[in-house]
Amino acid sequence: MTFQYLLQLVISGLVIGSIYSAVALGFVIIYKATRVVNFAQGELLMVGAYVCFAFLVQMHVPFWAALLLTILFGMVLALFVERLILRPMIGEPTISIIMVTIGLSLVLRSLVAAVWGTEILVYEPKLFPQEMVEIAGLPISLEFVWCFVLSVVLLVVFSVFFKYSKAGVAMRAAAFNQQVAQSMGISVKHIFALSWVISAVVSGIGGVLIGNINGINSSLYHFGLKVFPATILGGLDSILGAALGGMIIGILENLSDGFCKTYLNLSGVKEVAPYIFLVIILMIKPYGLFGTKEIERV
Amino acid sequence: MHYCGDFRTTYRKDMEIFQTPFVKVCLAAFLGFLLVLPVLKLKGEYLLKGAYLWILLQILIASIGAVGINILTGYTGQISLGQGAFLGVGAYTSAYITAKLGLSFWVGIPAAGLVTAMAGMVFGIPSLRLKGLYLAIATLASQFILEWIFLRWESVTGGSYGITIPRPSIAGYTFSTDRSYYYIVFAVAIVMILFAANLMRTRTGRAFMAVRDHYISAEIMGINLFKYRLLSFGISSFYAGVAGALFGHSLKYVSSEQFNIEVSIIYLAMIIIGGLGSIIGSIFGAVFMILLPKLLSVVTEAVAADYANIAKLAISFEHGIFGLIIILFLIFEPDGLAHRWKMVKAYWKLYPFSY
Repeated sequence: MTFQYLLQLVISGLVIGSIYSAVALGFVIIYKATRVVNFAQGELLMVGAYVCFAFLVQMHVPFWAALLLTILFGMVLALFVERLILRPMIGEPTISIIMVTIGLSLVLRSLVAAVWGTEILVYEPKLFPQEMVEIAGLPISLEFVWCFVLSVVLLVVFSVFFKYSKAGVAMRAAAFNQQVAQSMGISVKHIFALSWVISAVVSGIGGVLIGNINGINSSLYHFGLKVFPATILGGLDSILGAALGGMIIGILENLSDGFCKTYLNLSGVKEVAPYIFLVIILMIKPYGLFGTKEIERV
Repeated sequence: MHYCGDFRTTYRKDMEIFQTPFVKVCLAAFLGFLLVLPVLKLKGEYLLKGAYLWILLQILIASIGAVGINILTGYTGQISLGQGAFLGVGAYTSAYITAKLGLSFWVGIPAAGLVTAMAGMVFGIPSLRLKGLYLAIATLASQFILEWIFLRWESVTGGSYGITIPRPSIAGYTFSTDRSYYYIVFAVAIVMILFAANLMRTRTGRAFMAVRDHYISAEIMGINLFKYRLLSFGISSFYAGVAGALFGHSLKYVSSEQFNIEVSIIYLAMIIIGGLGSIIGSIFGAVFMILLPKLLSVVTEAVAADYANIAKLAISFEHGIFGLIIILFLIFEPDGLAHRWKMVKAYWKLYPFSY
């Protein structure tokens, strides 16, 4: 295994990991504010990718308008989902909430399949330039660089949002203690809706990015499942954790795949490696790198 | 639930699963009906046609699996998203034993249960430290890991080709038709469901419920959390293993895509729709979830003649309808069909003087 190959694995892992980070960010925002475990995060990404495709390719809208419309669509969808499905579930046990988001994921998935079919669709024209650039002596497509940079920008923007903006602080307050937040004049209902909206927008943008690189098809929701290793590694309620976790998982799955191919002659490790890491992390450090440790009292 | 004039004066009487003679007679009649149903003939033809018999067979198998996951999730409160994979472990174990080692089905089924119980306990180890959401994610991971093993461990599982397996035989008689195989499944299902109902009255079952209701209190009262959580994983996986093996033998073929994450979701949906922590609820759920796709396809076929477009859309939306039903149940009937069943019984008990 050459150093060149290793570096290539790391960099392509970093790119795919940045998409994981974006989706994980969406997941963490919902979890942090509402304690809802969203199994439909990958579907939000998928819906974003397809809606952008519809505007961009099927209706020939320019890219910036398509992106804005996609974001708008994501917001409306999230508001509906939160109001109609998640609001009635407040106070229900974890298993019911998990199950209701699984139900939601099935609905969204088949809606997408019913509207756009299951074949691979490709964004045309490509948004980002296709040229190669050299980074550390390695040829890398410029669209990967763009994708990575945009994901990082997204992460930074939301970190700042949570740290300094009024709405962000209100969201953190609601996450910390809903009753106290409410008595301080924060509308917890609005916070819940807002967190779903932000989450859908972030995932939708992730979907647009991945759609540009790989094209879109009906198995795009698999990204949503990679959210779990990423967020568990980073800590379920940590934004920074989601960002780092996604990238680390992206790199780790590429590296383990590369190693197993070269040394063990074992292919397809990529699909399973994140979950093996997930179990290991859960065994040794269940609250992840930056997660809040829950203390239980009777 | 009391009937008029039925006073339970001893604890033994209070603990009975089937409380009154009426219930016992009804149950016996129902089981007797299920027993003769496949062989009933009307004008030389079977009353229950092949396709319907197959549905009944799958309902029985699913009932075993659903009771299994209800022991773990409904009674012990440990969420499992890996039931599908555990069914797979059972099916592959029995397939390996019968098809590759050439041993009998009667070895394969118990072995499937035991091996799956072992696998379940290994993947249940995280439950010592994790609960709720974290455990759900850990079992989700075990689902993917096991699925991957099914696909890659080709010497045992046959990889993507799967394994062809025989139907059971005893003393020269082979249960080759669905109609004869039905009786094996029927017997196993009755035994396992009764065992589960009884288990919940024992110390073990009560410990499970204590762990579910408040695990810290349970621990303070002297319940060994680790032991009972692992035991619950083990028993639940045993059920899954047996159900998976019976399923494999019913299809005579085992491959990895029969045990994917969707199967896990279906089983979880069964117990949520049927009723968490209820044996009869598991059976209701199994009936519901097995019948649902069949009903949907009947409806789409009926509509297809007149409205081809709608039918086409409905087929691609089958999973969506499935998800929609899960959502609607959770919002409007969170206690499941078992609860509704209780309400119906309560209504008729005093009818027409319900005040």
